[in-house]
Amino acid sequence: MSEHEHDHDHPHEPIGNGDEPPAAARARALEQLLIEKGAISHEDVRKRIDWLVSRSPADGARLVARAWVDPDFKRRLLADARSAALELGLDPGPSPVVVAVENTDDVHHMVVCTLCSCYPRALLGPPPAWYKSTSYRSRAVSDPRRVLDEFGVELGDDVELRVLDSTADIRYLVMPRRPAGTEGMSEDELAALITRDSMIGVAQPAAPAPIG
Amino acid sequence: MERSVHDRGGRPDDAPIDRSEHELADWELLTDALVGALGARGLMNVDEMRRGIESMPPDQYERASYYERWLFAIETNMTEKGVLAPDELDARVGG
Repeated sequence: MSEHEHDHDHPHEPIGNGDEPPAAARARALEQLLIEKGAISHEDVRKRIDWLVSRSPADGARLVARAWVDPDFKRRLLADARSAALELGLDPGPSPVVVAVENTDDVHHMVVCTLCSCYPRALLGPPPAWYKSTSYRSRAVSDPRRVLDEFGVELGDDVELRVLDSTADIRYLVMPRRPAGTEGMSEDELAALITRDSMIGVAQPAAPAPIG
Repeated sequence: MERSVHDRGGRPDDAPIDRSEHELADWELLTDALVGALGARGLMNVDEMRRGIESMPPDQYERASYYERWLFAIETNMTEKGVLAPDELDARVGG
C-alpha cells in the first residue's frame, strides 16, 4: 500500500523526505499492519490523533485560575484534582490519580518522571522534549536547585523544594503562586498568565502586563 | 545492584538541559496515537507499554529517540501477543 492510499486526514510529511528518520517509515508500516490484522482501525487512530492535538496547557490553566479565585474550589482541587477537572467539564485523562500541589511562599514543588515521561497530558498537552530528556530526569533529582536556576527560577534558601516523581498511576499538576498585582484580574485574564512550565514547577507564572 | 537503563533519577549527569521546544513530527504523533488506540482496544495497557520500553537493550535505549522507544514497546508487545509475527514489521519496512 502506498502512502496515498492512507485515508486519515492528518497531514503527512512529503514522501521521500530525506529528513525523516527510519522510524517514520517504521511507524507507518506498524500502523498498516495493525489495521490489516484488525487490531485497530483507521478511525481509532484518527480519533486518537484528534484528541492528542486538542490537548493544551489551557485546560490546566483553567483549573489553576479557578482555584486562585475560589477558595472552596481550591480545596477540592487539592483534595482530588481528577474530580475537580471533571467538575469544570475538563478531561483529566486516563490515569487513576491526578494530584495538584500548591506552591506557596514557603514551599515550591517541581515535577519529574525519572523512569520515563509520565505527565498529566490530558490537562497540559504533550510533555515538552526536555521533560523526557535523560538530563532532566537525572538532574531534577540530584540537583534540582541548579535545574531551577537554569530555567530562571530563583528560590530563596528558606524555601523548601519538593521534587515529585511521577508514576504511571499518579500524575502531578503544580498550582503556582498567584502573582502580585493581579488582584483585579478576571479568571480568564489570570488563566492567560498560567504557563505550562509553571504547572510543571520550573517557572513562575507570567507577570501581569503593566497597566497604562 | 546495577540499575536499569531507564532508571535515571540522580544518575550522574552534567549535561545541560536542552530546553528548545520540539513540535511533534507526524510519525511521532502517529506512534502516540497507536499506543492510545491499542490501549482503548485493551491490547496494551500502560504497564505493558512501560515494560516494553524498559526491556529495551541498554545500548539501544540510549541511542533511541523517545518515540523510537515507544515503537519498540508496541512491536514487542504485539509480537508477544501474536498479533504480529516475529520480524513481520522488519519485513514490511524492508519490502
